[in-house]
Amino acid sequence: MREEWYSFKEGSWVNEINVRSFIKRNFTLYEGDESFLVGPTEATKKLSEKIAELNAKERSAGGVLDADTSVISTLTSHGAGYIDKDLEKIVGLQTDKPFKRSLQPFGGIRVSESALNSYGYELDPKVKEIFTKYRKTHNQGVFDVYTDEMRLARHVGIITGLPDAYGRGRIIGDYRRVALYGVDRLIEDKQAFLKTEVNDFSEDAIRTREEIADQIRALNDLKTMASMYGFDISQPAKNAREAVQWLYFGYLGAVKDQNGAAMSIGRNTTFLDIYIQRDLDNGLITEEEAQELIDHFVLKLRLVKFMRTPEYNELFSGDPTWVTESIGGVGYHGKPLVTKTSFRILHTLDNLGHAPEPNLTILWSERLPENFKKYCAKMSIKTCAIQYENDDLMREFMGDDYAIACCVSCMKVGKDMQFFGARANLAKCLLYAINGGVDENKKVQVSPKFEAVKSEYLDFDEVMQKYDQMMNWLVGLYVDTLNCIHYMHDKYCYEALEMALHDNEVHRFFATGIAGLSCAADSLSAIKYAKVKTVRDEDGLVVDYIVEGDYPKYGNNDDRADKIAVEIVDRFMKKLRSHKTYRNAEPTTSILTITSNVVYGKKTGSTPDGRKGGQPLAPGANPMPGRDTSGALASLESVAKIKYENARDGISNTFSIVPASLGKDENTQVSNLCNLIDGYMRSRGHHLNVNVFSRETLIDAQNHPEKYPQLTIRVSGYAVNFIKLTKEQQDDVIARTIHERI
Amino acid sequence: MGRVHSIETFGAVDGPGIRFVVFLQGCPMRCQYCHNPDTWDFAGGKEMSVDELVNEITKYRHYFGDDGGVTVSGGEPLVQIDFVIELFKVLKTEGINTCLDTSGVLFNRKTEVLKKFDELMSYTDLVLLDIKHIDDEKHKVLTQHSNENILDFAKYLDEKNIPMWVRYVLVPTINEDETTLISVKNFINTLSNVEKVEILPYHTLGVSKYDKLGIEYALEGVNTPTKEQIDIANKILKGEK
Repeated sequence: MREEWYSFKEGSWVNEINVRSFIKRNFTLYEGDESFLVGPTEATKKLSEKIAELNAKERSAGGVLDADTSVISTLTSHGAGYIDKDLEKIVGLQTDKPFKRSLQPFGGIRVSESALNSYGYELDPKVKEIFTKYRKTHNQGVFDVYTDEMRLARHVGIITGLPDAYGRGRIIGDYRRVALYGVDRLIEDKQAFLKTEVNDFSEDAIRTREEIADQIRALNDLKTMASMYGFDISQPAKNAREAVQWLYFGYLGAVKDQNGAAMSIGRNTTFLDIYIQRDLDNGLITEEEAQELIDHFVLKLRLVKFMRTPEYNELFSGDPTWVTESIGGVGYHGKPLVTKTSFRILHTLDNLGHAPEPNLTILWSERLPENFKKYCAKMSIKTCAIQYENDDLMREFMGDDYAIACCVSCMKVGKDMQFFGARANLAKCLLYAINGGVDENKKVQVSPKFEAVKSEYLDFDEVMQKYDQMMNWLVGLYVDTLNCIHYMHDKYCYEALEMALHDNEVHRFFATGIAGLSCAADSLSAIKYAKVKTVRDEDGLVVDYIVEGDYPKYGNNDDRADKIAVEIVDRFMKKLRSHKTYRNAEPTTSILTITSNVVYGKKTGSTPDGRKGGQPLAPGANPMPGRDTSGALASLESVAKIKYENARDGISNTFSIVPASLGKDENTQVSNLCNLIDGYMRSRGHHLNVNVFSRETLIDAQNHPEKYPQLTIRVSGYAVNFIKLTKEQQDDVIARTIHERI
Repeated sequence: MGRVHSIETFGAVDGPGIRFVVFLQGCPMRCQYCHNPDTWDFAGGKEMSVDELVNEITKYRHYFGDDGGVTVSGGEPLVQIDFVIELFKVLKTEGINTCLDTSGVLFNRKTEVLKKFDELMSYTDLVLLDIKHIDDEKHKVLTQHSNENILDFAKYLDEKNIPMWVRYVLVPTINEDETTLISVKNFINTLSNVEKVEILPYHTLGVSKYDKLGIEYALEGVNTPTKEQIDIANKILKGEK
């Protein structure tokens, strides 16, 4: 054993790269309560103050404080940057200054330029020249091969949010490997792969070899990057501080290299706890110092920023980076993976104040220690900053060392990656089915010309049959479009460092998504159980619907409506599976809209459920706002019916409740919330965002943002600072069902 | 068949834990502060059988945890005592915790009435009992009924050793003065089955329902209690004996 590994228990991790084995052999389960936690150190308080000042400055500067206009971000492009060198226990910034956003043009030069322009900066003409004349970007590659139909589908918004102009993200490097093995060992492993014999020099084999070579280069750059801060990370970390620092350097390299939509960090607390516990046992650090390491680590994660356009923010508002950290879960043999550091990271919400990042995600199992469950619930009620995902469900498919990327997408750390594919709007698809593929807003033929519905009243069987046909077309086009995107992303914007922190052979997911599920389900339910009359314009196009009578609505635990939602997802997934995907990636789908349900709603005309054109769709898999009227549990049970097997990339549900409705005192609220989450997970519900707030608070925050600088709320799969949302998104959140009974 | 006003699948304020709350239709009382006047009418609501209701309830039992279960409220649930007996009987065979939220106004010790109450209590884990006013004359003004049966019901529960939570809607100018509160406390002190006393501050969220139903709202102009008033009530009612 290497000397850095003293007192660790040996396992297969010693001879092969296998972090899971290391964790399993060495972690210390903690079943106690939170009473051991300590407050922030003086250094932490001072750093927090400095960051709060910078945050205020950034807000008053209109959202961006400083930006690079000529230095192109790479792992080694910037020298060391600090907030306050003497105070920081964990160092490293994306650029040479805090809050200075980097220039990352490989995804698309146009986006870089317009992002800079919209905040009053000008892109260096030389950079523009390089990335138009000499160096192609991902964005240009995609648009070189897009068909007219793809462009049109994108323009009208039936397929939206596509990562064709920016980094796709959602890839989680196994940053723990940097700490456990040191970079040299990782390079050796990659070099060994290049030495293995290749039987057939196919295109695939050549591409893989080129990628591995890029990965080795990135790992060498990572060492150079760390050396600028005075660290040699070629060898394993020797103690807790180095372990946190090495791991963070790995992540920092990734965000210097990539401006991905979601740059999630993995599942690190149990790993780091092993180092912290070893140092505590040997009297090398105190609990104050242990907490300080985690506090400073989290402070750094909160500072991750990208240069993005206002349009992007309209889709995914509040400047999110989805630094998702997965916490807890249970091992294969039933032992919870909860450690003291699982508590320490949640405690940062107290020590550093509430904040949306990192995206703290609890991998919830019935078998988590009661004390930990209660602490999570307590912090949820206090901060609204936590989301819960069903470990008992995911473990069946993913084992016990997976992590969540973005909001709800799980991957085995270092073994799986995914091709992020945004989403198709299935509510709009239903309107296309009725109108034979003519867009209800733009009034152009988008799909091949199908036969439209001619009758005045809609007939369920006819609509369903046409919907199925239209979905066939949509799924085919969607898969083709994503194939183009990921081919080009691999080619022009490859995530060399993140992929270097994966096994040499990875499993790939083809992660599609669905928007407008509840709206489509309610629409079909209205057609089936009420009477829906069409309203046509002068060209005979259906532009509005009149619902006569009542109908069962998704979200009330009423099978008549809920089964329609289940059926839509099942059909969509079945169709997906029949297509050939880029690099034979395994197709999955998510029911997740993030905050884009507002923008997608804007682009969707009136629907047969009575929703008027332009109104927001529901977020994720949530029932339409205000229609889940049978109480909170009925709403949860409806969403839990969607089959996870057919939406393996995640089923997002955002649950909001007034504090008083959760119980009369704190202990009751905590235990009720634990039982509520346990119950939802037992029903095989996948994901739950928990918000405990009143509508009045939100309205007050909308009117007096200055009073609520830290008001954090959970939206679809991530948390945002409420006052950073656009007015429309704030209104949407306020209008959502907030379960209330007094 | 029972007449059900409505169902709440996630009740967290009517008894311990997460509770499925059944609001039964019909109430003989006319409490001036009632926030559910839409439950008064004996003829309203939706008819449901015990089986239908139990079917609904069992869909949610995995949320109940160790403490939760079913609360039957109203209206005054014991207007339909036979239905409640049947429901609780089935719930007990299913192993589900039962809680009754009643005014107690229909209680008396006539043999045939008592027999029913005895049977019901054999299936009841907890009673939430409202004491609306301790002074009988003022009780009559507030609810149009005497409190005699209600206080006797509390004694009856004590005799049978049925756990009870006392609930007290605190209404300024009506029942928030210290003398009244001390009398209430003295009465509670005579009972040994009271597990908890809950103060429910009067609120005006139900007032709009009166407008809709075209009923005059008697407490027009009465404010919700201040924090000080609530603190005093808590101190007196929850204080040591």
